[in-house]
Amino acid sequence: MSELTKKSLTEIANLIKKKEIKSEELTKSFIKNIEKDKKLNSLVTKCSESALKKAKDFDKKPKLDTLLPGIPIAVKDLFCTSGVKTTAGSKMLENFIPNYESTITNNLWNEGAFLLGKLNCDEYAMGSSNETSYFGNVMNPIAENTVPGGSSGGSASALAADLTPATIGTDTGGSIRQPASFTGTVGLKPTYGLCSRWGIVAFASSLDQAGPMTRNVEDCALMLEAMASFDERDSTSINKKKENYSKNLTDKIKGLKIGIPKEYRVEGMSKEIEKLWENGKKILKDSGAEIVDISLPNTKYALPAYYIVAPAEASSNLARYDGVKYGFRSSKGNNLIEMYENTRSEGFGDEVKRRILIGTYVLSSGYYDAYYLKAQKVRQLIKNDFDQAFKKVDTILTPSTPSSAFKIGEKKDDPISMYLNDIFTVPVNLAGIPAISIPAGHDNNKFPLGLQLIGKPLDEQKLLNTAFAVEKKINFKQILNRWWEK
Amino acid sequence: MQSKRKLILNKFLIDGGKNRLMSDRSEKYLINGEKDKWEVVIGLEVHAQVTSNSKLFSGSSTTFGAEPNTQVSLVDSAFPGMLPVINEYCVQQAVKTGLGLNAKINPYSVFDRKNYFYADLPQGYQISQYKNPIVGEGEITLDLPNGSKKVGIERLHLEQDAGKSIHDLDPSNTFVDLNRSGVALMEIVSKPDLRSPDEVNAYVKKLRSIMRYLGTCDGNMQEGSLRADVNVSVRKEGDTKLGTRCEIKNVNSIKFMQMAIIYESKRQVELLESGKSIDQETRLFDIKKNETRSMRSKEDAHDYRYFPDPDLLPLNLDKKLIEKIRKDLPELPDEKKERFIKEHSLTPYEANVLVSEKEISNYFEEVIKSSDKKLTKNWIMGDLFASLNEKNISISESPVTAKKMAELIDSISSGVISGRTAKEVFEIMKETGEDPKKIIESKGLQQKSDPKELEKIIDKILSDNKDKAEQYKSGKDKLFGFFVGQVMKESGGKANPQLVNEILKKKLK
Repeated sequence: MSELTKKSLTEIANLIKKKEIKSEELTKSFIKNIEKDKKLNSLVTKCSESALKKAKDFDKKPKLDTLLPGIPIAVKDLFCTSGVKTTAGSKMLENFIPNYESTITNNLWNEGAFLLGKLNCDEYAMGSSNETSYFGNVMNPIAENTVPGGSSGGSASALAADLTPATIGTDTGGSIRQPASFTGTVGLKPTYGLCSRWGIVAFASSLDQAGPMTRNVEDCALMLEAMASFDERDSTSINKKKENYSKNLTDKIKGLKIGIPKEYRVEGMSKEIEKLWENGKKILKDSGAEIVDISLPNTKYALPAYYIVAPAEASSNLARYDGVKYGFRSSKGNNLIEMYENTRSEGFGDEVKRRILIGTYVLSSGYYDAYYLKAQKVRQLIKNDFDQAFKKVDTILTPSTPSSAFKIGEKKDDPISMYLNDIFTVPVNLAGIPAISIPAGHDNNKFPLGLQLIGKPLDEQKLLNTAFAVEKKINFKQILNRWWEK
Repeated sequence: MQSKRKLILNKFLIDGGKNRLMSDRSEKYLINGEKDKWEVVIGLEVHAQVTSNSKLFSGSSTTFGAEPNTQVSLVDSAFPGMLPVINEYCVQQAVKTGLGLNAKINPYSVFDRKNYFYADLPQGYQISQYKNPIVGEGEITLDLPNGSKKVGIERLHLEQDAGKSIHDLDPSNTFVDLNRSGVALMEIVSKPDLRSPDEVNAYVKKLRSIMRYLGTCDGNMQEGSLRADVNVSVRKEGDTKLGTRCEIKNVNSIKFMQMAIIYESKRQVELLESGKSIDQETRLFDIKKNETRSMRSKEDAHDYRYFPDPDLLPLNLDKKLIEKIRKDLPELPDEKKERFIKEHSLTPYEANVLVSEKEISNYFEEVIKSSDKKLTKNWIMGDLFASLNEKNISISESPVTAKKMAELIDSISSGVISGRTAKEVFEIMKETGEDPKKIIESKGLQQKSDPKELEKIIDKILSDNKDKAEQYKSGKDKLFGFFVGQVMKESGGKANPQLVNEILKKKLK
């Protein structure tokens, strides 16, 4: 029955609803896969025992009128889960067990799912390769010693390797879409405010957004439907009616206008990416959509603006990890200041420290106007660019990343080159709009490549529909030799 | 706990018009240096705790004096993933206060993070308002003995309070109590319009009075509901340019504010007169030594790295809400004062005293609605205030309730007892809280107001003192008092003095 783990979330949900399989059987097959996670290192915490118990409980009293009936799901270790360690990939929270449940995970459990495990990620979601986690690198199932992307690297890896039928990540600058692209999976970053941030360890509050990571677009619609809700505990949550993304999913996109931004054709872009993009355009055209050339003139300022805004917010958000109330506290130090210094020096990794330093610097008096304020103005310009573009088009098509997955260690000591990985994903976060990455082909190494579709605010349905149409025609197939199981 | 504040208040009320604490108030307050006369310029940043059942960004209770760390939510203790949600009641309280200060309400305001590390600041930042406060410029009127003075309000903004560090419970550890963490404060910043410790006294009292009328801050300084940072600078008399200021942090009583200002202004004058300059710095006031000391210089000043809190949307106030709050504002001290002067023929001074505290004005209004105006005013401002001051209690704690006070006054105006007897009755009332009628009855203190009975007594006195009666009739007017005294003595002090006068005059014609 190991084939079960290869099925899509939608298929599994239907099998359970039709009572063709039991939750216990399903859960056992995922647990079996999870036991072989050692080389991938995608999990920080396994919840096999409690998951099995939940599965049995479900089977005794199956609630079938839910979106995710009896389905075990592993989640990024940035979501606080009641009674289960939540580490954010950091030594600082190595032993932190919250007594509260994040709104997003709670929504999933309310739809019949239960927790299968906590997935590795970059420390406090800061990274593009999952190499900054205190719990070690995560490997990409596509090839040994290859990064899965980041920061939701564990999520992407576990999903691609069939350790979980679907998962959730968070996306601050590309942390869902880039790993999805690197692992041949689907990842959606919703409109800022569609999914509650309550109970998610914060990185950069004005950019952080949780989203689904799935095997296909249909699953993505199902997961988003389960996740999205208005939450009065999050002041930035959008108060809107729930939508039935999965029910309303269609590949009929005739007449849609698809924008191709010329600024995304960056210098040194590989032939393979060019080809992928062209293929995407062709497919959309074949589906009856109209291709429109557009301009997003301020795109080149997005990455520098992002690397001011995100660290600035992070430097403040991470001030609470001071060793006073919970989490790691250094045993060294003779007074409060020394305790702070030692706790934060020992508790945070290099990338987190780097961003705290950058953030502290750009907010300092005398520098605030030149950096933070200017970055906020750039952010507005980027948003204006999209607003203008969306007057002409419904959806924008771009590559998800400038390259396919790279080797572990390849960019570790070159932060700038690492940051450049987010070049296509970051503008979307700055503008607060939704975007999805779908697998669209392979490069010469047989590594997956993704295409990104960008939508209007709260226009997730059209975005999913467009992605659905492209997915059908692309007919992407994962190539995995399951090296980690050997 | 509350008594000290009341003591100061009542002292002010008692002494207010007569025995002035300071030198002649019609004169400018100046520091006489060795060489020059110096003017003191003061601005206040008052931190007033918003009256609200729950905190500014969480649902935790704000009750004072609870067991440490029992009123703390996950938000207040900054657990990972926790988010602030604005308490709309606190916003309305701030708007109400702004309107009470005749200030401009800003329909758009922004919450910022003020970043610094301290053990009792769980988030590592305080949520405050920096560039866009909820309330802009306003002004309040101080009633000073030599007239009124307007003091400008620069702004009012909302912010979170921090927790409390307790350093003296253990030799090597500091304990932290987060009950106060996240409680809503209004920071009310004055313009540098104050010129003396007396004016500071009047300003803080007026501010507190307005907020208590509004019900937006209980003004309890002992519980830390009201504290202030005091900015002091000096300049030569006649100069118009402001001198360099020092900020004295976190002073929690009016008396200490005044002491700190007196010390600090003298220190600055001495420095300037000896040719030195003032360093702009933050200082603290040492109550025991009665001096201010440097806390940190301008160079060491914290860089708070203010930036808009991304967890909160800007605050957009509905104009209708502002208008509704404006419409529902209660009568404030200044309006009440004008009304008292008109309705009850009070002098401005008397009206000031009677409106200074909401509870006092309520008491006064309850008594005066049924009782003689002049007697009411004199009894409340005289014997009642003296008793409060003597016992160090507030008017709402007085055993003599407004109802009983009215009964006492009515017994005077209806002639049941004399004013002098009333004082005796009041002495008992202020101790026991007994009903005045019962006291009068049980002690048999009713006046003799039966003319026939009084005539009998008077006839007896006149026949016993025929010689003196003759002397009076032949022009020795002063003897009238003698006869009155004799009649009162004979009646055991109960004779109605007015009647005695009337009858005596008739009989001695």
